[in-house]
Amino acid sequence: MDLILRGVRHAFELLLRGDPQVMEIMWLSLRVSGLATALSLVVGVPLGVLLGLRRFPGRTLVLTVINSGMGLPPVVVGLVASILLWRTGPLGFLDLLYTPSAIVLAQFVLAAPVVAGLTAAAIQQLDPRLQVQLAGLGASRLQTLRALLHEARLPLLAAVIAGFGAVISEVGASMMVGGNILHYTRVLTTATVLETEKGNFDVAIALSVVLLAVTFCVTMVITAAQQHGTERR
Amino acid sequence: MTTLRRATPAGLWFLLLAGAAGAQTRRDLILATTTSTQDTGLLDSLVPRFEQTCRCRVKTIAVGTGRALALAARGEADVALVHAPTLEERYIAQGKFVGRRLVMTNDFVVLGPEADPARLRGAKQVDDAFRALAQGKAPFASRADSSGTHLLELDLWRQAGVEPKGPWYLEVGQGMGATLRIASQKGAYTLSDRGTYLAQRATLDLAVLFEGAPQLLNIYHVMLPNPDSFPQVNVPGGRAFADFLVSPETQEFIARFGTARFGQPLFTPAANRREEDLGRRAA
Repeated sequence: MDLILRGVRHAFELLLRGDPQVMEIMWLSLRVSGLATALSLVVGVPLGVLLGLRRFPGRTLVLTVINSGMGLPPVVVGLVASILLWRTGPLGFLDLLYTPSAIVLAQFVLAAPVVAGLTAAAIQQLDPRLQVQLAGLGASRLQTLRALLHEARLPLLAAVIAGFGAVISEVGASMMVGGNILHYTRVLTTATVLETEKGNFDVAIALSVVLLAVTFCVTMVITAAQQHGTERR
Repeated sequence: MTTLRRATPAGLWFLLLAGAAGAQTRRDLILATTTSTQDTGLLDSLVPRFEQTCRCRVKTIAVGTGRALALAARGEADVALVHAPTLEERYIAQGKFVGRRLVMTNDFVVLGPEADPARLRGAKQVDDAFRALAQGKAPFASRADSSGTHLLELDLWRQAGVEPKGPWYLEVGQGMGATLRIASQKGAYTLSDRGTYLAQRATLDLAVLFEGAPQLLNIYHVMLPNPDSFPQVNVPGGRAFADFLVSPETQEFIARFGTARFGQPLFTPAANRREEDLGRRAA
């Protein structure tokens, strides 16, 4: 109990003091996971919209694959990515293993199915009459798309939160493809594992508190965006 | 949606730039090493000193000795700092490594609960100690991760002529720090390098119950992988790091490392010594 209190106190000291090491690790975590989430939106949203609006052969299979991908174990992604990125592996020429980019890549693979699957579900649950109505009003395809996305923005932002939450909290893939290198690929989760391993529980607790605070703040911003204007209707 | 569209190129640019940056600093050095060198904090102190002189980035991958050697043997690391002499010699015999130099030593200790239910304190030889442990009066936490410590532990059971088997034998499958903690919480015995134990002693309910046998000497070597089949290996970088480790300045640093925080040094520099002499000294 004493340990937890000491850890939490230490966490606030580190945060208030703006401890350079903790700040560096925090920014790296935010940058890497933020970028991975952004990339997963770029791929996941169009894919989800396509799957939500169109009917084509094999669609159910694709949806099933994406939906199972939501439960993709980070260690499996980490292992496969490591083997692909090894110097002697097929993508070794990229020289990406043990770099922040490698973590971004692995986290993108983890977040993309979450975003795509939830987007597809969000688009599909829209009232089908909306599309008919928009067509009747003479909306172009782009205008229709914008209107549909606007209509589905609540579940879409939930997809963003879910994707970000999945990657900021994972440790398996970051450890394997990042290598937990000080000042370079050490993110909040891998640093927590290391400090626990070293027996520095107060630092580990402090890092955990920082991680929770970061997740909370980012989620708060997205939630605010999500809820913005909902009172009006 | 506009913000999203703006984020697209930015994100892709980052990946491309990061990739390009990676290609530019091709001379990054990958060091595969054991967890003990990281968990004691030694590498966090040594690596920045080396980086200043070489103006390169050292990517330290701290895994068990077994995995560190396996990675370096297939050209996935440029240099390895490891502590499993038998396994190292096997790799050398296979021609997987071209250089091997003695860096430092410390020793292994058998730890356990203060009450010492297996009566290790009375043991004269390390064989007696391990035979006493095998009676299963208390649990024994094994690393079980092909690390240098684990490989030595398996050797010690073999030499004692006992097979570690039974509900008392806990195969933890984790690093030294985690294994120490599990042993401490479960009232178990375990084998640890002295450095990691000293660095974490404050948080553990474990006492040194057997020490000092020549078999318990812990020898760290720096190894350079054979680049013949792997042109990607950074040969000059690896060699520079090996030279750095055995240089008088670094050896002096190692001799002092830990004194301020733990009251005694965690490692003994050994670059100028011969392995045979080390064995005799410890005996």
